[in-house]
Amino acid sequence: MKENRMAPKKQIGDTVITSIIKVCGYSSILFVGLILVFLLKEGLPALKDVPITSLFSIRWYPIEGLFGILPLIFGTLLVTISATLIALPFGLGTAIFISEVAPRWIKEILKPIVEILAGIPSVVLGFIGILVIVPFFRKFLDLPTGLTAFTGAVLLGLIAIPTIVSVAEDALNTVPPGYRQAGLALGATRWQTIWGVTVPAAKTGILTAVMLGIGRALGETMAVMMVTGNAPVLPSGLNAIFEPVRTMTATIASEMGEVATGSQHYQVLFLIGILLFLLSLVINITASAVSTKQRKRAERILS
Amino acid sequence: MRHKFGFIIFILILCLTACGSKAGSSASNPDLALQSQTIDNKGSDTIVNLALAWAERYQTIKPDVKISVTGGGSGTGLTALINKSVDIANASRHIKPEELEAAKKAGMNPQEFVIARDAIAVIVNPENPVNYLTLAQLSAIYRGEITNWKEVGGEDRPIVKLSRETNSGTHVFFLETVIRFGNTDDKTIFSADTLLLPSSEGIIAEVKENPNAIGYDGLGYVTHEVKMVAISSLETPEVYVIPSADTVADSSYLISRNLFMYTPDKPTGEIEAYIDWILSAEAQQIVRELGFVPIVDNERK
Repeated sequence: MKENRMAPKKQIGDTVITSIIKVCGYSSILFVGLILVFLLKEGLPALKDVPITSLFSIRWYPIEGLFGILPLIFGTLLVTISATLIALPFGLGTAIFISEVAPRWIKEILKPIVEILAGIPSVVLGFIGILVIVPFFRKFLDLPTGLTAFTGAVLLGLIAIPTIVSVAEDALNTVPPGYRQAGLALGATRWQTIWGVTVPAAKTGILTAVMLGIGRALGETMAVMMVTGNAPVLPSGLNAIFEPVRTMTATIASEMGEVATGSQHYQVLFLIGILLFLLSLVINITASAVSTKQRKRAERILS
Repeated sequence: MRHKFGFIIFILILCLTACGSKAGSSASNPDLALQSQTIDNKGSDTIVNLALAWAERYQTIKPDVKISVTGGGSGTGLTALINKSVDIANASRHIKPEELEAAKKAGMNPQEFVIARDAIAVIVNPENPVNYLTLAQLSAIYRGEITNWKEVGGEDRPIVKLSRETNSGTHVFFLETVIRFGNTDDKTIFSADTLLLPSSEGIIAEVKENPNAIGYDGLGYVTHEVKMVAISSLETPEVYVIPSADTVADSSYLISRNLFMYTPDKPTGEIEAYIDWILSAEAQQIVRELGFVPIVDNERK
């Protein structure tokens, strides 16, 4: 009797909650769409008003109408890729250590520490960068100045590592214990089991971790602005990593406050925003494409 | 059922707090308007310390006038003025013709006040043996034509050039006065490998630490941990002058400029009173204490 009386009420509650959740879900699509529309509306006129030859020239000096965005794109790519190369081995290594190797008590100390690292505001890391890392690299590597792409990459690596660690560690934890036991039972060493069984089984999650880490590095502004020197130079050679660079995010952050709404400079800054949007879109699409491919392969093997 | 009750109570609390804050703010706003006025003051990072010191002193004189001071750069301040988000914009350069036009389009008639004078000191690391530079040498360094300290009598070290960002009035002033020698037809710009740092403190920090570096900064920012270089003019390259309040006042130091405040229209009420006070002897004494150069009487009008 009681059950029957409750049922319709429960259903109403369900519908309400479901629709609230639905609205939340759709709203994020709406927000992304609105952001894209706004970016396009403000940024695309730049393609019309500023000559393409000027946009793809090598000099960025907006107060004289020089809008060469190549050095900025190069700066962002250089810093982001180097940061990923630094963060990837450290992040994965830490994740594997925490999830597979470390005894329980170390695990319980390490995890919160990594989470604290994730919580440090990037401007604080920037301060440490200016006061400690910049002088150290200048002396240690004998550079003209420590304000270089490399310093930025190291800081960004530090910022990306916690993201990679926590997501990758979760992925490794979801691998069923049976996989590891089977590996060990077949006579594989612990390292062989980790490298040959556990990590491949968690590949999708690890890939997501890496992509999130890259996204974090790509979008980071404050710390990069403080330590990379912000000189919009194109690379002269292989040692460009040890020279100052100017990233797209730093350019937008430092110049947006000054521009008159609707001016060419304003439009070009939004165009840079569109490019950043596209870059992160490409990263996300690659990530999901690779991970669905992996999942299909895994399903085939398991079935 | 308990859950549902919890949910309802949660929603109720949400409603109550929302109503509460709304009621609170609408009740307190008229009070604020009656009791005190807020003056928003934004702009040049060069002026921000001075503006803060003034605001703090003014608070003791007129406690009912609240003055909020923020930096960001001269361009930032003037843009905020045009967008009507501040009452007074601080600028270390004149308003640009485009900005003036935009302001007029927005129905304003910006008023300019000279509030102090400032010298731009050229600074190097104390370890650097170079003490003197001619204006021509300084310009060549920032144009990228001189790239090693030994070319200007120093050690065999690369020169790392530091500058403020392009939204800084100091950047524009240095470009026009030093790199272009004040010649408006000259279109030379900073060499591309000039490091653009987001703050005055950033420049001081790097110069203090790096013997390769050269930078420039408002005299009020220069600390004892960096060394000021004496500069000579194009006409008398053998007379080198160190920036100080005296050499700026008698115009013998070349790289000096006026600092400005802009109001959207002829100031009235509390804003007028504040600007009058800034031009008074008491406020100009603070200018001297902070390492800037006070304006002399005949400039005040």
